[in-house]
Amino acid sequence: MVSGVLEDRVLMVLPFMVLLLPLAGFVVLCLFGDAIRRHGESRGAGILACVTVLTSFVLSAWSVVRLLGLVGGRDGLRFSQPYLGFEWMEAGGFRVPASLLVDALSGVMILVVTGVGGLIHVYSLGYMAHDEDNVRYFSYLNLFTFFMLLLVLGGNLPVMFVGWEGVGLCSYLLIGFWFKKQSASDAGKKAFIVNRIGDAGLILGMILAYHAFGSLDLVEIADNAGSLAPEALGELGVVTAVCLLLFVGACGKSAQIPLHVWLPDAMEGPTPVSALIHAATMVTAGVYMVARLAPLFVLSETAMLVVAAIGAATALMAATIALVQTDIKRVLAYSTVSQLGYMFLACGVGAFGVAVFHLFTHAFFKALLFLGSGSVIHALSGEQDMRRMGGLRRFIPWTFWTFLVGTLAIAGIFPLAGFFSKDAILAGALGRHGNVLFAVGLVTALLTAFYMARLLFMTFFGRYWGAEPHVHESPWSMLGPLVILAVGSAVGGFVDIPHFVQPVFRLPEHAEGHHFWLPWVASLTAVLGIAAAYYLYVVYTEVPARVAGSLGGLYRVLVRKYGFDDLFNWIARRGVVQGSRDVLWAGLDTAVIDAAVNGTGTAFRALSRGARTLQTGLVRGYALVMLGGAVALVSYLLWAR
Amino acid sequence: MTAILFYVFAALAVGSALVVVGQRNPIYSAFGLIVTLCALSAIFGLLGSPFIAVLQVVVYAGAIMVLFLFVLMLLGVGAEDRKSGRTLKTVAAVLAAALALEMGAVLVGAAPAPVASFDASTRAVAHVLFSAPYLYVFEATSILILAALVGSIVLARRDP
Amino acid sequence: MSPDLVQPALVLSLALFAIGALGVFLRRNIITVFMCVELMLNAVNLAFIAFSRARGTLDGQVLVFFVLTVAAAEAAVGLAIIIALQRGRDTLDVDAFDLLKW
Repeated sequence: MVSGVLEDRVLMVLPFMVLLLPLAGFVVLCLFGDAIRRHGESRGAGILACVTVLTSFVLSAWSVVRLLGLVGGRDGLRFSQPYLGFEWMEAGGFRVPASLLVDALSGVMILVVTGVGGLIHVYSLGYMAHDEDNVRYFSYLNLFTFFMLLLVLGGNLPVMFVGWEGVGLCSYLLIGFWFKKQSASDAGKKAFIVNRIGDAGLILGMILAYHAFGSLDLVEIADNAGSLAPEALGELGVVTAVCLLLFVGACGKSAQIPLHVWLPDAMEGPTPVSALIHAATMVTAGVYMVARLAPLFVLSETAMLVVAAIGAATALMAATIALVQTDIKRVLAYSTVSQLGYMFLACGVGAFGVAVFHLFTHAFFKALLFLGSGSVIHALSGEQDMRRMGGLRRFIPWTFWTFLVGTLAIAGIFPLAGFFSKDAILAGALGRHGNVLFAVGLVTALLTAFYMARLLFMTFFGRYWGAEPHVHESPWSMLGPLVILAVGSAVGGFVDIPHFVQPVFRLPEHAEGHHFWLPWVASLTAVLGIAAAYYLYVVYTEVPARVAGSLGGLYRVLVRKYGFDDLFNWIARRGVVQGSRDVLWAGLDTAVIDAAVNGTGTAFRALSRGARTLQTGLVRGYALVMLGGAVALVSYLLWAR
Repeated sequence: MTAILFYVFAALAVGSALVVVGQRNPIYSAFGLIVTLCALSAIFGLLGSPFIAVLQVVVYAGAIMVLFLFVLMLLGVGAEDRKSGRTLKTVAAVLAAALALEMGAVLVGAAPAPVASFDASTRAVAHVLFSAPYLYVFEATSILILAALVGSIVLARRDP
Repeated sequence: MSPDLVQPALVLSLALFAIGALGVFLRRNIITVFMCVELMLNAVNLAFIAFSRARGTLDGQVLVFFVLTVAAAEAAVGLAIIIALQRGRDTLDVDAFDLLKW
């Protein structure tokens, strides 16, 4: 197979090991997990799971180092395509090899997945220690890691799709982990079903892509994209169609409008799951895919606009909903949706490297925030409603300080990671499409700072409103990852991800005009948001309730999340259920099909009832018929011939 | 001479056939049938088949009809014999007539003129009978008779 | 020489057959019906003999021999069945045996 000029045998094997270690962990836990538990070592399952993922991290780092060692092709593009040696699918001229793709983009992704994932595995040792079912939990976590790695390492669209589906499955398994709780299993189903709707678009996009480009190999598609004709705004050519269809899949997986409804409900799962799947890794799969197919997307102005517009709209809408949430995890969930919107906004304006950069930094501080909230919940023995929290910084200082770092990072305060990535996104949106996108991004930044600070103040400042007698700090298995992630959130912004991954997109790098005033405006917005939250939630704490009262209608709209759930419920209930029952079932099935089938039976019965009267049982009658037949036969022989 | 005899016996045969069909009492029908058989036997002789003629009287009239009479006596059949329905009679009559007409159309004029004389003595018949393929049929017939023998005994047996 | 008796014999055979067929339908006593069937058989025998006379071969007569034998066997078995039937239903009316009715 092709590799960036020099072939590197180690780089052919390492990625497979990175991939297969978590899978091996899953298999071992499936087969021997219960045995490990019974033999005294109650944490054995968790430790095994951590070992596989952390080892994968080490191997991932090694892979990236070797990748850097490759001599690059044009524009510094370096990649390797490890080939497992067999064709996964082969039908006529259609071939899908079992191959991977290791380049800068997938390198970043596997580091994030195994690194942050590994930290979350360690955190889970402490968080899930009391849960009897932790063997199942850790096996699912490992399986998820395998599928996510397969997704980002896949060398062609079908292999990536296997990972795509796999993470969807694991998401269902992990969201509904406490399946005996009705709301949890409902949330798991909702996630999977909404994902599936997106996947329909993805599959159609893949089919169209194969039909149009003749190949599903990612390197080939990227290379050949340059020879295709660009399509202007409003022109619905093949490239636009493929991009839009694939973007539908990305919306489903990355919770963009209108397929975002599953992510807030997904908070029913254990908090480390929320951190891993719904903050750092799975939901970013959509962004990864769009970035991976950047050479294709830039050809279609329509698709780029759609991506940017939906990203921006989602970012704003989710931020407004987060303003009125009272469950600590829900705020973070909507925050994730909003930040994903930022990433798509970046993609839509052509700043794919920046989108990946934000993905990278977001993984750190969002995982930190989720794990921190998990620590709070653990401290309060299960309480998640912020109205029953408050003043916790005295009781759980380590959690507080790391959480503070995360909050400042997401708000975009210099010099934390979020500042750099958010600043870059806003810079990319500037000057395009009449600055509408830029304005939306800026307002969202304001709201982000506000609601995150609100969360911080309601949880850690003021008076404690809850009833938990023993508010205790979390064990070091939980605090350790928090600290590491806090460090990452602080210094992650200095890693030059955009330049590192830029060659993958095969784009001419256009010189960005350097807007000196932008960092100041962005920082000012963030500080403004935090200050506003401070005044409303620490100083004048009666004001929010009055504001909610006077803006009643608007408040209700936000609380009802803009009615998306209601809309889908209505479609499902009226459209699908009632339609099926009253139209298809009663009208078509009963009246037409059953009538036809039963009618055939009835007709035959009537026919036979008439026919059987021929059987009179009288011998003479039969003899008469025989005679008649004989006469007829003789007549025929005599005269008809 | 032979012609006159033939027509006499023919008339006799037809007449007693009508008796068979028309008589109420089955015993009288049986007697009618015996007369028909004997008339036919005479006609067989006139047509130059003495062997068959004798066989007819011995087997048919002598054995089979006696069997019929035995059964009639055994079952104590009286004179009652109700009549059939009108439709049945009409349809049967029509069909029988049709059949007769059709067969008449075929048979009359179908046979060639008779050979002057031919040897139809018993010896000649035996020659034909006991050579292939009729020999095998002859043997098979004996098995048939055995089966009929066993069958009739089993069927008519009164359960103990 | 000897007059042509073949044609009249055939006509006679036809007449006897038709009368026999009529009798099968018109009579209600099983035994009488059976006797009409025997009548039809005899008519066929006559036809065989007539054709044998016409063609000058003896195959016809051999066939009559066999028909005779089979008729005898048939009569024996048939009457045995009739006896069994009469024991079951205590009647010899043809229309009484209609168990194969719908």
